[in-house]
Amino acid sequence: MYRYDEFDHRLVKERVTQFRGQVERRLAGDITEDQFKPLRLMNGVYLQLHAYMLRVAVPYGTLSGSQMHMLADIATKYDKGYGHFTTRQNIQYNWPALSDIPAILDDLASVEMHAIQTSGNCIRNVTSDQYAGAAAGEVDDPRIWSEIIRQWSTFHPEFTFLPRKFKFAVCGMNEDRAAIRFHDIGIEVVKGKDDAPAFDIYVGGGQGRTPMIGHLIGAAVPAVDLIAYLESIMRVYNMNGRRDNLYKARIKILVHALGAEEMKRQVEEEFVHVKEKGVVHLPEEEIARIRAYFAPPAYETLPDESSALNEAMADNKKFADWVKTNVAEHKVDGYAIANISLKPVGGVAGDASDDQMHVMADLAAQYSFDELRVTHEQNIVLAHVKKDDLFALWQGLEKAALGTPNLALITDHIVCPGLDYCALANARSIPISQEIAERFNDLDRQHNIGELKVKISGCINACGHHHVGHIGILGVDKKGTEFYQISLGGSADENASIGDILGPAFTEDEIADAIETIVETYINIRQEGERFIDTYARVGKEPFKETLYATH
Amino acid sequence: MPLIKNGKFADDNWVLVGDDDELPTDTPVIVSAARWQAERDALIGRNAPLGVKLEAGEAPELIADDLDRLQLVAVNFPAFKDGRGFSYASLLRDRYGFDGEVRAVGEVLRDQWSLMVRCGFDAFDVADGTKIDAFQEALGEFSHVYQATGDGKKTVWQLRHGG
Repeated sequence: MYRYDEFDHRLVKERVTQFRGQVERRLAGDITEDQFKPLRLMNGVYLQLHAYMLRVAVPYGTLSGSQMHMLADIATKYDKGYGHFTTRQNIQYNWPALSDIPAILDDLASVEMHAIQTSGNCIRNVTSDQYAGAAAGEVDDPRIWSEIIRQWSTFHPEFTFLPRKFKFAVCGMNEDRAAIRFHDIGIEVVKGKDDAPAFDIYVGGGQGRTPMIGHLIGAAVPAVDLIAYLESIMRVYNMNGRRDNLYKARIKILVHALGAEEMKRQVEEEFVHVKEKGVVHLPEEEIARIRAYFAPPAYETLPDESSALNEAMADNKKFADWVKTNVAEHKVDGYAIANISLKPVGGVAGDASDDQMHVMADLAAQYSFDELRVTHEQNIVLAHVKKDDLFALWQGLEKAALGTPNLALITDHIVCPGLDYCALANARSIPISQEIAERFNDLDRQHNIGELKVKISGCINACGHHHVGHIGILGVDKKGTEFYQISLGGSADENASIGDILGPAFTEDEIADAIETIVETYINIRQEGERFIDTYARVGKEPFKETLYATH
Repeated sequence: MPLIKNGKFADDNWVLVGDDDELPTDTPVIVSAARWQAERDALIGRNAPLGVKLEAGEAPELIADDLDRLQLVAVNFPAFKDGRGFSYASLLRDRYGFDGEVRAVGEVLRDQWSLMVRCGFDAFDVADGTKIDAFQEALGEFSHVYQATGDGKKTVWQLRHGG
């Protein structure tokens, strides 16, 4: 993975010093809270419902073991012994004292981490595919390009006071695990001239109260032009994005208002000028330098089949279940990708205790080249595990209650913090997730249902990605009572779609029954081999509406 | 209001003239883009330096053809959160090659100065009581930059490779 050099180290250290000064100026009354707010936000400090929240950046979700250990130590020392992994592949601490935050930032800097631009109207942490470098069929490792974008976007002088927050996602192949079509800018690495990496650039995707699928405006942009192209998009947005209405300020609204064709024309006009000027320069040697950090780890030469794995699976059904759901194909023979679910039934999606973080870090050191990834679906990935080691890994996970075998099943939800933490929320999300998970706790039943992505948001801002859930649940407030609206058929992958709202919302008491009715309807009408999302694509919402509202 | 230019306090000889105010003779004036467009010939006919003030929403394209007649462009920040002016300054310098004064006016925070300098601002209207040390300190907070702008600073990406 990427390692800081003297320049990166120095800039992060200087940022901590700068923030310390900003905190001092605020405490001395030299600046108002209104003026301080964007400064603290750009250092990851939010004011939540009950306390400050600190959001720490995990660039493109990649962590070393020592970084994960440090995240655990911070949870112990400054928080209540746990952290929350987010859909931006970051980690949030819900209970730090403001006065401790500069010290936390110092601790983070000691392991090449920071909270820079994890909030505020600037370019946020870049997200990517959690299977980067491990998935077969990748055109190029998206982490290389994510790291380049991370550096370019850090303290960007022109784009730090944008109309609204701005999110990038990068994937390295046409199978999209990074939801690139639901980002302000989504990038897919494709083959360009002479098979060199080039970039398909999607603009104007997003969720929130106005969900939209991004439009492809730059096709196969070559690497030499990547930064100039991105600068051009950013400049068009910075000058023309709406600033009069918070809810209409994202780039998706601009793209929608102009139309994708006109947006493309404006970007390309700008691009001609930016290129002419030639000041935006990404040297070849720099691409090569960053690429070297993402060179494949020292794999052993192994047969693809592992008899140790096969035997362990035959002997132990629980392990076999875990392998079936949580282990994915690796591009190298004899290796596998292991997913650690942070969605135990009864738990809080994305939460991990300090002890669990230490365990994951140790297991990564032992079995996966000392590297972990946070996924946007709020789980953890060990990307390069020998098949021979999977059983030992699983045993280690089981001991720490990390062996939940439910990846992409009906109990593996994306869940926003909701009204339990968030000042913006209208309704609780966490208890709804827990109720649904408990209802479908039976593992054989989960397997029978198959892949089904449930995503839950506690308000219209859609942090829980409900628009792209196969089943999406949105919490709303009606005269002081929490209600939950269901949508079906959303998808964040390469077949991007926005879910259709079914009908009237349900109360907390009704929601698990409603989900069950939807699932039973699917089971009754599915054809051989059809996942929920396939069935939905075939039949649409009517059969679900009929059964769901038959008794209402 | 004190003026910082090129990192030092400087005398401000410019007069900001409202759209309905009479034009003073022989004094450098800053007018709105609207007045510039309406009274272009009369303004050029004066024998004194000319400046135009761009509001947020008035991109430099509006005055691009006339920049060689102007000695100053002021860019107004109606609120510090409104970052359009950062792009305006970049365009003035990089695209249009404007080499006169580019002055930031309106609500500007200390923490924006260094970013603004990178975008091409060389002059700032600052609040009464502002200390020049604070300005210098703010500009020196970061030793290096990742992005190439028109300010000619070597980027980290260049420095890493003998730049």
